[in-house]
Formats: sequence, structure tokens, C-alpha cells
Amino acid sequence: MLSYIVRRLLLLIPVFFTVSIIIFGIIHLVPGDPVDNLLRIGSTPEQKAIITARYGLDKPLVEQYLLWLGNMAQGDLGDAIVMRRPVSALLAQNIPFSLRLGAAALLFSTLLGIAAGTLAAIYKDSRIDQSIMAGILLGSTLPSFWLGLLLILLFSVQLGWLPVSGARSWQAIILPVLTIGLGGTALVARVTRIAMLETMQKDFVLLLHAKGLPARRIQLRHVLRHALMPVVTILGLRIGWILGGAVTVEFVFARPGLGTLLIKALNQHDYPVMQGCLLMLAIAVMLGTLIGDLVQAAMDPRVRQAMT
Amino acid sequence: MALLDVKNLSIDIHGIRPLDGISFHVDKGEILGIVGESGSGKSLTALSVMGLLPLIGGRIERGTITFDGTELTTLPEPAFRKLRGRRIAFITQNPMTSLDPVMRVGAQIDQVARLHLKLDAKAAQVRSIEIMEKLRIPEAATLYHHYPHQLSGGMKQRIVIAMALAADPDLIIADEPTTALDVTIQAQIIDLLVELVRDRDLALILITHDMGVVAQTCDRVVVLYAGRIAESHAVQAIFANPRHPYTKALIRCIPREDTVPGSLTGIPGAVPSVAHYPSGCRYHPRCARRGPPCDGIVPALDRPMGGGEIACHFPEGMGNVHV
Repeated sequence: MLSYIVRRLLLLIPVFFTVSIIIFGIIHLVPGDPVDNLLRIGSTPEQKAIITARYGLDKPLVEQYLLWLGNMAQGDLGDAIVMRRPVSALLAQNIPFSLRLGAAALLFSTLLGIAAGTLAAIYKDSRIDQSIMAGILLGSTLPSFWLGLLLILLFSVQLGWLPVSGARSWQAIILPVLTIGLGGTALVARVTRIAMLETMQKDFVLLLHAKGLPARRIQLRHVLRHALMPVVTILGLRIGWILGGAVTVEFVFARPGLGTLLIKALNQHDYPVMQGCLLMLAIAVMLGTLIGDLVQAAMDPRVRQAMT
Repeated sequence: MALLDVKNLSIDIHGIRPLDGISFHVDKGEILGIVGESGSGKSLTALSVMGLLPLIGGRIERGTITFDGTELTTLPEPAFRKLRGRRIAFITQNPMTSLDPVMRVGAQIDQVARLHLKLDAKAAQVRSIEIMEKLRIPEAATLYHHYPHQLSGGMKQRIVIAMALAADPDLIIADEPTTALDVTIQAQIIDLLVELVRDRDLALILITHDMGVVAQTCDRVVVLYAGRIAESHAVQAIFANPRHPYTKALIRCIPREDTVPGSLTGIPGAVPSVAHYPSGCRYHPRCARRGPPCDGIVPALDRPMGGGEIACHFPEGMGNVHV
């Protein structure tokens, strides 16, 4: 098991380099020049050249990339051009907000999704199933930024129960969590339901019934356990997705975080900040997948055996 | 009175009737074979007796199933659950898929004794390993801790049998217990089952498509075709003198030592699907002896002088008495 984890981590290294090249390449393909934002109106081309040189933007792309990579190895992600602070400091300031939001949204969608999916599967084709499925359809089709706006209108503007935006009180996290979490809830519920219905058809479930075990115990102890395996895979992928999906939602709710930072950096063409944010999101996706696989291995002896 | 007595059983699944008026009985120390091709209703018969039809959306439409004096068709589920696994045990077709893949096999056997005999974990384990040893599972104490994927098919089927025996049942229903296994393992498992019946005075319903297995092991046999009984009789009598053309055809499908390679023939055609049962005798489209009444009139299940039951307008060796 330990050797498997080490092997998986080693495998992440080439993935990491590929991702870093893509991030670096894409950002420099985006039209616009960050230096323009720093210049006062009426500056001369000479002044622009000085500033460009100060940030190393005049060097060939390959050299810029290698420089970036070398500095990164020393924990230096460069300095923000427009925001004028070390990128690492900006990230350190914003990431906790995103992590808190992401963790809360993940927890919310996991618990609610599994509960809803299990109920729908146990009461298949009943009213309960139909209403849950309708909720799933709604949850998976509404775009999250729009849902966020609707929630703000209802709970903050109309009812005045919750703050409109920011991250100053604990209540402020509720609406963003709902906004991000509902899509995830729908996904988890759908996967749980289908996986449970599929497992219920398996021979071993028939035999559990034939052994005289109560139906409820079979459903919750055996069937649900099997159904959770695909759910775990999805959740692993979802960890990165939630942080990425939080980009627009953080912005809608004017919450500090990786997403808000990224959008701000995009608007200002602040390359180092964009790179830093995207890199963090990529790392989150990689680690999320790894965690998902490890949890799956813990749950399924067959997966464990395939590893060794 | 027989331990299990099924009378005139018809079942309904989503508006179709895949079993139509089935009757049979089995007593302690007896092995009853239920034979037929796939689609004949063998497995549904097993599910009916186990009371598990609702799992596949079915229900008993007519008839009675009496087990040791208790009527099962009207038995409430909680009471039925006390019989299942306790007094009536089930062995499934495919040992590869019949065990929970994420649970150690020992714990799966334990479940039965813990549930029905109220044993604690420790006592259940001792009992399970004892049963495994009786079933000649080598290194039972070690294998007890294995997961299903670590065992061979034959070992898995032994585990399934151990689960069936765990609460000392009176009746075992084995649904094609050897179909998924290698030929050599098949013989071992069948021998094991026969031995159990003799040692423990069990009743065994052996569901199979293999007349060869029936000849070797069963006392009596019910031949099913398309959800109806074609013929039933003592095994010796049915092999000596098969009266239904379908039974005769099934027996012809058994390879013998003197069978010339390539001469073995199947039965032409296939069992019709439930939605497309032909009128009259359901076997008539495939039957060589069919005559005018066969496609219109359902042959009644007769109990002729020689014993057994037969549903055919033109039974063999009994003269063509129909006009």
C-alpha cells in the first residue's frame, strides 16, 4: 500500500510538468499586456521596455518558463505585476477561504447526495424517487452563477436572512456552499442511485436475501457500500472541480479566494498570479484523484490486490 | 406428508405467466431434480419457494406451497425471513458472483449462524470453520480470512454451500450449482451435495439442465418446459421409459461412452420466450410426434398407471389413445 502511494506520487511528477507547460503556454497566448496596466498615460516606449525587462518579460518564452520553474522549486512563484506582492503571499492569503468553501461544499453535497440517492434507490419509482430525481435534474442543469444570484435575491435581498456577500461572518458561507454544492449533490445522488440499483441486481444480493437478512440491512450495509465506490471516484475528481467551480461563485458572492484572485488576475493580465492560481487548481485536481483512488483501495480488497 | 409440497403453482411477473400450474413435492433424504432448458422456469420455481419473487417484481398468482405444514404463499415477510437461510437454504448458480466481493468469506458464512442461531462472533467463527472443514476446504482457518477473489471457483462454491449449511437447514435448493465450474470440480460438488443429503437427511432440490447429472444423483425428476410440467417420475423409470417426447430428446442429449463423436444432436429450435408461448402444447413446434390436437389443445397433466405425471397428447410407449 505504501509503495503504491509512493508510486502514484512519482507518477504525478510528469503530469505536473505537462500541466505546468500547458498553463504557462496558454497564459502567454492570451492577448493583452500586463505592463500596459502599470504605465501612466503618455509613457514612452522606452519606459515600457524598462518595466518589461524588470519582470523578465522580454526574455524568450522558454527561458521565462525555465526561470519560473526554477524559482518555483525554491518556493518562489514570482511577484504579482499589477498587485505588486509576492504571488505566494497572495495565494497563502486566499487559499484558506477557498479550502473552507470547497470542504464545506464537498461535505454538503456528499452527505445530502448519498442520502438522496439511497432514498431514491430504495423507493424506486415511488413519489419519493420521482421528486428526488426532479430535484437532481434541476440541480444538475442550473448554472451555478445564476443559481447564486437567485439565492442572493431570495435569502439576502427578499428575506434578509443571510449576508449578500463577503466572508466576514460564518453565515456568509451558507449561500456559496449551497450554490456550489447543489450541482455536486445532484451528481452524487444520481451516481448513488444508479449504482445502488445496479448492485441490487447482483447475484450476491439475491443470496443475502436467501440467507434471511432483513432487506433494510442488505440495502444499507451491503448495497450502499458497493454503490459508494463509484461515488468515491467521482468525489475524488470533484475535489479539484469544486475549487475550480468556486471561481465564478466566489466572484458572484464577492468572497476572497482562489477564484476571485484568478479572475482579478485575468482582468489585469497578471501572468504570475494567473500561473500561480491555475497551478494550485491543477494540484488540487491531481491530489483529489489520488485521494479518491486511495479511499477506493481502502474500501475494496480487489483494488488493493491490483495495486501490489 | 412431504416436507415441501408445491401444488398448482402459477406466478405472475409484470402481467405474464412464466410458471403455469406447477406441482411437485420433496421429502427428507430425497433429491428431486428439476430439469429443463434455460427459460423453462426452473430458477423462478426456486425463487417462488424462497419467497423472493417480489425482488424481481413477481408474485404468486395461484397455488400453494406448503413447507413442513406451513403455507408459504401467505406467510408474512418477517416470518418468512426466519425460514430463509434457517430451514430453507439456497445455493446459486454462479459462485463467482454469489459472494459479496468486499467481505471476507468467513464473515459471510458467520452471518447466517449469527442471524438465525444468535451465536456471537466467536462462536459463529468456530462453527463456520468447522463446516468449512467438513466440506473439505483445505486450510479452512486461513481461507476463512480470505476475500472471494482470492479463491478458485470450486472453493467459492464450497463457501456458498457452507453458507447454506450454516444454520442446519432441512431443505436446500441448488440452482444449477455446477454450471459455472470446471467438469472435474462439477463432479466433486455434486458428490458433496449427495453426501450431505445422505448424512444429514436433508431434502435437496437440484435444478439443472443436465439429464446426466439427474441420472447420477436424483431420486425423482420433474421435467419443465416453457413454464409447465412436461413429465415427472422416478429417475429410473423416466430413463428406462421416457414418455414425453421432450424428455426423450433431453435424454438423447447426454453423451455416453459409446457415443460416436459428432453424432450427438441437440433439440432443434429453442424454448419460446414467455411473451411468445405457442398455443396448445408449448412443445409442439419442436416436437416430432405432434398431431392435430397439439397446436390447439393444452394436454392435461395425466397420472397414468405406471406412476408419475405426463402432459402429452401422444405419449411414447402408451399407444396413441387420443382420437
